[in-house]
Amino acid sequence: MTERKDDLGLTPSQTIGPFFAYALTPRAYGGVELANEQVATEAVAGERISIRGHVYDGDGVPVGDAMIEIWQADADGRFHAQGNAGFTGFGRAETTAEGGYHFDTIRPGALPGPNGAQQAPHLTVSLFARGVLTRLATRIYFSDETGNETDPVLALVPAERRGTLIAKRGTDGVFRFDIRLQGEGETVFFDM
Amino acid sequence: MSPIYPRDGLNAHPLNASPEYKSTLKRAPSQPLILLPHTLSETSGPVFGHVAVQAGDSDLTRQHEGEPLGERIIVFGRVLDEDGRPVPHTLIEIWQANAAGRYVHVRDQHPAPLDPNFTGAGRVVTDAEGRYRFTTVKPGAYPWRNHHNAWRPAHIHFSLFGPSFLSRVITQMYFPGDPLFPFDPIFQTVTDEKARNRLISRFDLATTEPEWALGYQFDIVLRGRNATPIEEPHDD
Repeated sequence: MTERKDDLGLTPSQTIGPFFAYALTPRAYGGVELANEQVATEAVAGERISIRGHVYDGDGVPVGDAMIEIWQADADGRFHAQGNAGFTGFGRAETTAEGGYHFDTIRPGALPGPNGAQQAPHLTVSLFARGVLTRLATRIYFSDETGNETDPVLALVPAERRGTLIAKRGTDGVFRFDIRLQGEGETVFFDM
Repeated sequence: MSPIYPRDGLNAHPLNASPEYKSTLKRAPSQPLILLPHTLSETSGPVFGHVAVQAGDSDLTRQHEGEPLGERIIVFGRVLDEDGRPVPHTLIEIWQANAAGRYVHVRDQHPAPLDPNFTGAGRVVTDAEGRYRFTTVKPGAYPWRNHHNAWRPAHIHFSLFGPSFLSRVITQMYFPGDPLFPFDPIFQTVTDEKARNRLISRFDLATTEPEWALGYQFDIVLRGRNATPIEEPHDD
């Protein structure tokens, strides 16, 4: 790649810190939320799903001051940058004091991947927190999707760690997805 | 036309494993990151236009009955991509401590006064040329418990989306000449000096309003290049 004279350097990332809630997730402060845990209104077509989980640090201590954002396609595998019929595909949640989070949304469809491959349904995830200097990116796949076996991104992940990217459906129908930042069972994070 | 997202600029970002900043010790992943190809999931992203912003969101000095205490400032600049092209109509969210160095957040225990006339949260959408402007007060420095006698330099948090999931970033803007820079492990996690200096705003006398407010310029460069090579160097 040739350097161009007008090349500009990226503005470096810095931590979100512990005190973002009154601006980014301001429900408890009476502020107007840009987005929250409810990603799809009743009017949006698709199968309703709920995802619940906790965020843990390297000692297994709950991370009670993280912000999690998801970005996803609709039931037909299409993205709606501007939102469509109540569906933006974007959700944002602050973890509770116990490290918990949840999203209520619709199950995304399969979508095109690299080199003509098809990607299994998934959510794209950003995690920001005190002690996290550069956003951590991961994905949430779903345990009941047969397409996981041929998903081109899961295929890049060592088999023994692949399970950290797959939300498991409980008997209550809720998908469970814990995020472990470090150590035993550490969630796979991506370099993008 | 869709932008492309080279990775060569990413080394400007701090490593999550930055042990001088103690909160990273149990929160930085220990396994290597997996290199992800850029699919539609990454090259698309939510777009928040003017509907996300309410009147008055960009003036943090007029969100209450009275005026906040502190040094009134105007923070302005442009949001650009790596080719220097403006990023228009993109949302910026900011938050900060008050002039005494105290956040409204319930968990901030610093024994400095809250200001009933200052919350410290704002939003603005860039214009067609990628320009933005906030009015606020200069935040104070504040102590934290990273190490003995640790103080954060004055800063304003910035959250930006840009055109895709890949361009999403949260950062902090600092003020020129802050004596705390050499002692702040968060600022110093950006190891490249040139990149670190891009986090420091520039005092601007031309934007400073006489008898009213000091102007600070902070331009922000997000990931992304134009997909088609540029024949002629453009300037604007």
